[in-house]
Amino acid sequence: MERSLQGDSRAYEQLLVLLTVGLRAVVHSRARAAGLEAEDVVQEVLLALHLKRGTWQTGTPVAPWVAAIARNKMVDAFRRRGQRTEVSIESVVETLSSDAGDEGRNAQDVEHMLERLNDRQRQVVRAVSLEGYSAQEAAERLQMSEGAVRVTLHRSLKALAAIFRTVPNED
Amino acid sequence: MRTDELIRALAADGARPVVPIERWLTGALLAGIALSAGLFLAALHARPDIALAVYTPAFCFKVVITLALASTAAFVLSDAARPMPRIRWRGALLIAPVLLVAGVVFELVTVPAHSWATRLIGHNATHCLSLIPLLAIAPAACLLAALRRGAPARPALAGGIAGLLAGAVGATLYALTCPDDSALFVATWYSIAIIAVTAVSAYLGNRILRW
Repeated sequence: MERSLQGDSRAYEQLLVLLTVGLRAVVHSRARAAGLEAEDVVQEVLLALHLKRGTWQTGTPVAPWVAAIARNKMVDAFRRRGQRTEVSIESVVETLSSDAGDEGRNAQDVEHMLERLNDRQRQVVRAVSLEGYSAQEAAERLQMSEGAVRVTLHRSLKALAAIFRTVPNED
Repeated sequence: MRTDELIRALAADGARPVVPIERWLTGALLAGIALSAGLFLAALHARPDIALAVYTPAFCFKVVITLALASTAAFVLSDAARPMPRIRWRGALLIAPVLLVAGVVFELVTVPAHSWATRLIGHNATHCLSLIPLLAIAPAACLLAALRRGAPARPALAGGIAGLLAGAVGATLYALTCPDDSALFVATWYSIAIIAVTAVSAYLGNRILRW
């Protein structure tokens, strides 16, 4: 974790892959019970872990910190689902426990969310994620400076996290 | 986008070292203090007898209280910015109030009852109620901005502690110009001003610190 935070992206990627395994185990069972698309919740947690990694305190155990962020994001995701049906049923708790097979409307397609980024942001995210380019390679390919690629990538991820938060409130 | 692809994007973005939240908060506090000190120097002035006042126990006591509040609030703030609900040493926040209550009791015992009211009312309660919040605005704004980079388990609490710290900074600066050194005065008017700043900041925290 410490090496990851100092900018070692190899170590960081390994850490994230490792964490994802654990996250899936936790999220899948609970999300299924609540009728959520589990993998979307996993991705939302990963984004939050990434954007908030400065709140981990060096030298303290990583697990409680990861668990706290995962818990917060899961509560958010469940609550959003509650809001959908809140019109008819007053209590969010009731909505959650009633589990009225919501025909998977809550399945937030990240692909769909990518479309809400601007063109540049989408190109950069695609280049480094789908195509696996480094920031430098992506910069050459998109004819941008490496710094601009980094800034755009960071902003895109922040925007994605924000979209995760707002999507259900818009329709 | 598949999860492994997202991870690749995150790892690419993680190629720069991250700035820990406590460093953001420290920077924000220093910037806020500098701005408010600038405001103090530009618009206010220390009380004329400041050179003598620093040798009186009552003045020193007042400054010790506000500084104790500021440092204990600063101490617990970084924990409030983290996603874990636990705040270590939160009992330290009681140090300043306990000191203040002790000061009030001491004053009630040592000063004749007929002068309690004059001391309590003091010279400038309205100044106190308006200048402390005014001097707290810059630190509160800087701290809330830094907290937005955090992941507070309880946004209202994090905002409240930021407000407490900002209020204590404002009160420390205001103490330099305030002619009233009575513990009764401080316990009443300083407290009201700081609590007001804390409440507003907690309200704002609840609104803008969700993540």
